[in-house]
Amino acid sequence: MTTEAALATDTPSGGRTAPAWRHQHVLDLDDFGRDEIDAVLNTADSMREILDRRIARVPALRGRTVVNLFYEPSTRTRASFELAGKALGADVISLTASMSSVQKGESLIDTVRTLRAMRADVIVMRHASAGAAYLAAEHTDASIINAGDGAHAHPTQALLDLYTMRHHFGDLTGKRVVMVGDISHSRVARSDMWGLAAMGARVVVCGPPTLLPRGLRAAERPAHAETALPPVTVETDIERAIEGAHIVMALRLQSERQQGGLLPSVGEYARRYQVTAERLARAHPDHLLMHPGPKNEGIEIAADVATSDRSIIEEQVTNGVAVRMALLYLLAGYAPGDVEGGAR
Amino acid sequence: MSTLAIHNARVIDPGLGRDGIADVVIVDGRISRVGPDEGSAVVDADRIDATGLVVTPGFVDLHTHLREPGFTYKETIRTGTAAAAAGGFTTVCAMPNTNPPLDSRAAIESVLREAESATIRVLPIGCITRGRAGAELAPAGELRAAGAVALSDDGDAVADPSLMRHALEYSTAFALPVSQHCEDPSLVRDGHMHEGWVATRMGLRGRPASAEETMVARDIALAELSGAHLHIAHVSSAGSVALIRAARARGALVTAEVTPHHLVLTHEEVAFGFGADYRQLRYNTDAKVNPPLREHSDVAALRAALRDGVIEAIATDHAPHARMDKDIEFDLAAPGISGLETAFGLCMTLVTEGDLSLPVLIERLTIGPVRAWRLDRQPGLDGLGTLAPGAVADVAILDPAATWVVEPGRFLSMGRNTPLAGRTLTGQVVATIAAGRVVHRLESVAAL
Repeated sequence: MTTEAALATDTPSGGRTAPAWRHQHVLDLDDFGRDEIDAVLNTADSMREILDRRIARVPALRGRTVVNLFYEPSTRTRASFELAGKALGADVISLTASMSSVQKGESLIDTVRTLRAMRADVIVMRHASAGAAYLAAEHTDASIINAGDGAHAHPTQALLDLYTMRHHFGDLTGKRVVMVGDISHSRVARSDMWGLAAMGARVVVCGPPTLLPRGLRAAERPAHAETALPPVTVETDIERAIEGAHIVMALRLQSERQQGGLLPSVGEYARRYQVTAERLARAHPDHLLMHPGPKNEGIEIAADVATSDRSIIEEQVTNGVAVRMALLYLLAGYAPGDVEGGAR
Repeated sequence: MSTLAIHNARVIDPGLGRDGIADVVIVDGRISRVGPDEGSAVVDADRIDATGLVVTPGFVDLHTHLREPGFTYKETIRTGTAAAAAGGFTTVCAMPNTNPPLDSRAAIESVLREAESATIRVLPIGCITRGRAGAELAPAGELRAAGAVALSDDGDAVADPSLMRHALEYSTAFALPVSQHCEDPSLVRDGHMHEGWVATRMGLRGRPASAEETMVARDIALAELSGAHLHIAHVSSAGSVALIRAARARGALVTAEVTPHHLVLTHEEVAFGFGADYRQLRYNTDAKVNPPLREHSDVAALRAALRDGVIEAIATDHAPHARMDKDIEFDLAAPGISGLETAFGLCMTLVTEGDLSLPVLIERLTIGPVRAWRLDRQPGLDGLGTLAPGAVADVAILDPAATWVVEPGRFLSMGRNTPLAGRTLTGQVVATIAAGRVVHRLESVAAL
């Protein structure tokens, strides 16, 4: 049976493949092994095929409800989840919860329980507070997908990054991946560190010292190292960081960092840390350029670089829908590779 | 005349240098005699057989948040003092970050009035600045006259160096210790836990140890300038310990306290909890506290300072909160740990681990805090923190070997916010006697 046909059926069948999927929630990649990440990425391959069809829609999640609960504004992540849910036939509603409901005394726990009482199966949550998705997961039996919690984690972004990298490089073992920018405030950087470490890549983070958090350098790490973020190389010199890189990822710089006294000026940041064609000359000959978006061309990334043939930034966006479809599909109870499975 | 005789206990009274098997005889609420077989001589007494147990002076806490007035949904003077009694405390110093804050004679008097019906002693602390706003001095003379035993804006630091200088200078007229919550507000802004690898993993902004240390250094300099008595509340970092050690060696009038939680727990508690799976991250708001739980090296330095007397007092910083203050996003959750009822058991960890002897631990819970603030000079408090004949009979009866499981649901405090839930502690308060009355006893020793 083709993937296409498999996804179109809603007749359950016995699992054929040993499932490498054991998650009720997707909160971060710190509890994902390589096999689990591969399971998601393989499932995303099937989803990618569906998305490339003229009518990109299958009924696999018919009758299921996905709620996007966004406490922070977001265009692309929210749209990506909406499209992913609809492509699988789920009912999708999006709520833009403001902090005003918090001020009215409606707690996050109340909100999540209320949504579950309305039979939400999956709650996709974006929140300004680190750990908010964990709080939600502790208090509901709906599946929680963390779509970004403060500066902590953004696992679906990391999975789409891994998917995109794997598409170009295959095995990521030993590949040098450089993230440049505001590491301190980046949830993408943290989740990418876990995901890349699980896939065997070598991670370099680079930025001005004021935007590099404490606890990454070897001397600041604990003796029981498995409890900390995975080991990475820390650089403040972008030329040295980019040397031999297979992937260079520029992170968005928020202009608030200047007002916060962390940077002398955005201009100086651009001069010292912008990913430019000249700097990329030091990278590996097959290097590729990524950005989690939305990007500030002319600040963290040069405009010509962002649109060059080395840039796979737009591909990341398309892959984002496929990866999120894969997660919704797996969370609904399918085993990876169990493409004959239907809605249970 | 009422007489209570406690028989055959190991009596540890560090203030009087006593440690040995003895009886304690209490007559009409005051210590009458302490010595071997003294109890056999008295007739017509209520008797407690304390064979195998330890009897000490009642504990004295320099740092308790009773939350009344203003936050009685978190704690009241009645529930907070009941919790104190259950923890072996017979004297607590009540922090003034209430609503209204204790920055006036009337506010101090209202707390004292409410505390009259409590089973243990409440000594109020007045604000350093009016309304705790950090802008103008509160009327220290008036607060002193009303019964305040110290000054503090705890919860917040007095950030302005000039105002702090003047607060210290002014306090010397009344011999009031000034207890400072040392964390520079600018360095801890938006920070929610210790700055280090755990905070970085969790994506939380940190409160660096240096935020405490810079203020400890500043305030020591200001205290030396004015000759005032500076008390450093809840010391949490090894760097602060070094500063306090050096200041005391120079003869500066600097005292310090440390909490049970800073003596045992580290920042890893926030992310992983006790005995939890290290891969399973949590955001445990019950381990959120200011100053934050820090690193193993800080814990070691705090224990060493407590052992050698650089830190004279263990203080609970009992900070009860309602569940609605804690069951929310980590960065929005209120900081603080409900600590009165677990203090002795948690501190016994230091004895079990060989960092402190039992008599030194008792010293830091009794005469240590009394001497730090010279509380025995207060009217009617002669002999406080000891079992001296004639002193008010405040006594704790302890079983240092008993193990028990922390069940916050059984706390007498309204605040169930503790990171110790479910943990087994060794060392239990069996009974507490305040002014000769048994104000707490375990059900298991109902036969007393």
